Amino acid sequence: MSEKEARPRNPPEGAKILEALKRASVRFVVAVPDAVTSEGLLWPICRDPYFRLVRVCKEDEGISICAAMSYCDTKAILLMQQTGLMDSLNALRAIGMDYCLPVCMLVGLQGKEDYLTPRESKSYGVRIIEPILDAMEVRYDLIESSGDENLVCDRIAAAYRESVPQCFLIGRPPLPP
Amino acid sequence: MRRDHALETLKLHVKDDIVVAVYQACFDWLEICPRDLNYVSTGAMGQAVSHGMGLALARPNRRVLVFDGDGSILMNLGALVSVAEAGCKNLYHFIFSNGEYEVNGRHPVPGKGVVDFAAIALATGYAHASRFKTLNTFKDSIGAILATPGPAMIVLDVTPGETFRRNYEYIHSAEAREKFRSAIRKR
Repeated sequence: MSEKEARPRNPPEGAKILEALKRASVRFVVAVPDAVTSEGLLWPICRDPYFRLVRVCKEDEGISICAAMSYCDTKAILLMQQTGLMDSLNALRAIGMDYCLPVCMLVGLQGKEDYLTPRESKSYGVRIIEPILDAMEVRYDLIESSGDENLVCDRIAAAYRESVPQCFLIGRPPLPP
Repeated sequence: MRRDHALETLKLHVKDDIVVAVYQACFDWLEICPRDLNYVSTGAMGQAVSHGMGLALARPNRRVLVFDGDGSILMNLGALVSVAEAGCKNLYHFIFSNGEYEVNGRHPVPGKGVVDFAAIALATGYAHASRFKTLNTFKDSIGAILATPGPAMIVLDVTPGETFRRNYEYIHSAEAREKFRSAIRKR
């Protein structure tokens, strides 16, 4: 099968992801810009008055911010690239997993090929992500095709209900609204 | 000034505020001022002010006092920019500066005696910052500082004084987290 034939369905839609965040009552978006999600998510979030965008310098700050907000029943999501996730693993380990706190993350997979799964990626930095999350026992879902957005609201609700982290791996740039 | 004396002074000013504390300042504070609104589970070194920022944004009408260390904040200096950018007017960031990693073998912190944390805070956009070397000047000023909108940094040059038990088991416990969660939900 050629790479073109193996190409998955249409990319996810940014508007549907944002709508899912709203349905999940996520108002705070803590972000470090990421090329995969910049046009389809972060810029639209910047323009949407529903959201309170919190710009941070480094991703592990966002782990702590989202975790702290959860004590106050304030829902938040951390938007970043997988490089930032890698940089935040100790914070995620301690604050998300050891402390059992609902840290929700949207993670752009920079460098992932459209026609390959993350584990099949030729990029070392991409193909190690799912095994690392497995090793850490962090829940995750791949959002890379139209229809995958439907997972977002329910997964966030479950994360807060069960007080566990939830990671969404954004495999392709979402279509801008 | 002695850290325990500084904490005794702060105890007089802490009312219905959230206190986020780390390392020896945390252990000492838990003995000097045990209360349900003490947030002690910060998890990873350097993260105290980021937890404080999350709490300050989620509870904008409540003061959040962060009792940080110099070695700790050196791990997360970018967070000062984030706090200033977010405009956390209810956040008061104390640096208990002893020049060393007190609970990790007493090794000196990089930049000991050189780094000016108050100047850094002002340069990142904190509303105000001050540094105190003596207890009396701190006592004279702390009331006014806490009455002025932040974000504020207050650097305290401290020596250990009386130190209390390092109760790691408690600060990482579900009990500590649940106590805080219940308290913040009630108010």
